[in-house]
Amino acid sequence: MNGIHDMGGMTCFGPIRRENNEPIFHADWERRVFAMNLAAFAFLGPADRARHAIERMDPVEYLTTSYYEHWLAALVTMAKDLGYVTDEEMDSGRVAAKKETPNPPPDAVMVEGLVRGGMPATRDAGGLMPAFKVGDTVRARNVEITGHTRLARYVRGKVGVIKMHHGSHVFPDTVAHDRGENAQPLYTVRFEARELWGDNVERRDCVYFDLWEDYLEHSQRKVSRP
Amino acid sequence: MSDHRHDSPPSPYHSTHRTAERNKELARRVERIESLLIGKGIVAKDALDKLVDIYENDLGPMNGAKVVARAWVDAAFKRRLLDNATAAVAELGFGGLQGEHMVVVENTPKIHNVVVCTLCSCYPWPVLGLPPTWYKDAAYRSRVVIDPRSVLAEFGTSLANDVEVRVWDSSAEVRYLVLPERPAGTDNLSESELAKLVDRDAMIGVANVSAP
Repeated sequence: MNGIHDMGGMTCFGPIRRENNEPIFHADWERRVFAMNLAAFAFLGPADRARHAIERMDPVEYLTTSYYEHWLAALVTMAKDLGYVTDEEMDSGRVAAKKETPNPPPDAVMVEGLVRGGMPATRDAGGLMPAFKVGDTVRARNVEITGHTRLARYVRGKVGVIKMHHGSHVFPDTVAHDRGENAQPLYTVRFEARELWGDNVERRDCVYFDLWEDYLEHSQRKVSRP
Repeated sequence: MSDHRHDSPPSPYHSTHRTAERNKELARRVERIESLLIGKGIVAKDALDKLVDIYENDLGPMNGAKVVARAWVDAAFKRRLLDNATAAVAELGFGGLQGEHMVVVENTPKIHNVVVCTLCSCYPWPVLGLPPTWYKDAAYRSRVVIDPRSVLAEFGTSLANDVEVRVWDSSAEVRYLVLPERPAGTDNLSESELAKLVDRDAMIGVANVSAP
């Protein structure tokens, strides 16, 4: 989708606002929102579902609310979409009807295990050979994607060179929508500044961007380094 | 480090500009949702407390600083770190959520690396903790890919024209950490003294490490 979250290359948001000695959380409710999103992982599902819930926020609201308000919006959207809560319950804070859950909620020991152990995105390639190799010139596909994707607008249709191959990773575009993990090779692609931003750009800069195999195609056109 | 709060307009999305009234409203709403999700058997209170404790107390840039200092004093570790960062970082006991697939990129006199997530807020939690607000804000995410030098200048980092800036946009589950250059004049410092010089901004790549 072409959402407001896809911000790479916009130039109108002003200076970077830094805060000296910034606390990790600015309010107790931020602590609780952060923790609820993580602790509910067994019920809410993959991170890409949460990302997509944020991407679907009203763009004006997205820009005028703070980071943990985005996480709160994601939590509410997912809990409602998955049928765990209703708007009325959300307003009252009281349980009207309880949906059957297969397991009890993760306890402190389980969430600590999650934090320490992580949730690797890699999967066994199952003998599947990668279509590209390091050094290949590739083009990020220019395609319309209506759901969740990590194929940012600013790289679509652009030509770059594969610099790393990370093995097979779960594919966000399908896993966010319950259409399977569809694990496939993940590559890091180097794009020159001139290719991304315009023919008049002389800067000796570049962007390295991670792209799944379905986002890529071979390119006959080459891009030279400045 | 200058503080831009005084010379830029108030921003509703910045937590320091949120009104007390809005904070109260959010606190009440989040309290209701927490009691609802506990009642539904979706989250457990002890799990929430545990998570807050871990991310407020155990994880932070002090972990990444140890990784950097080790790489500066131990050439074999540095090679392992650049070859397979996830495994090398695990040697120091760090890893887990949002650090499952680590890549460390090295600054040199000719290459300066800087990390962003333009699409959301991806960040290597086990070695840096949770990101600062500016990392998650529109200003940084939008601009650092198209105009990294002006962003770096705002952080007081100026680069010669012949230095190549590499911006790493964390668009997948790979998490990037910058290995900054070791400052000159630190030959006599111990590994733990070196670690104290390394801050979060240097490991994101918006700043360099200065000698003490």
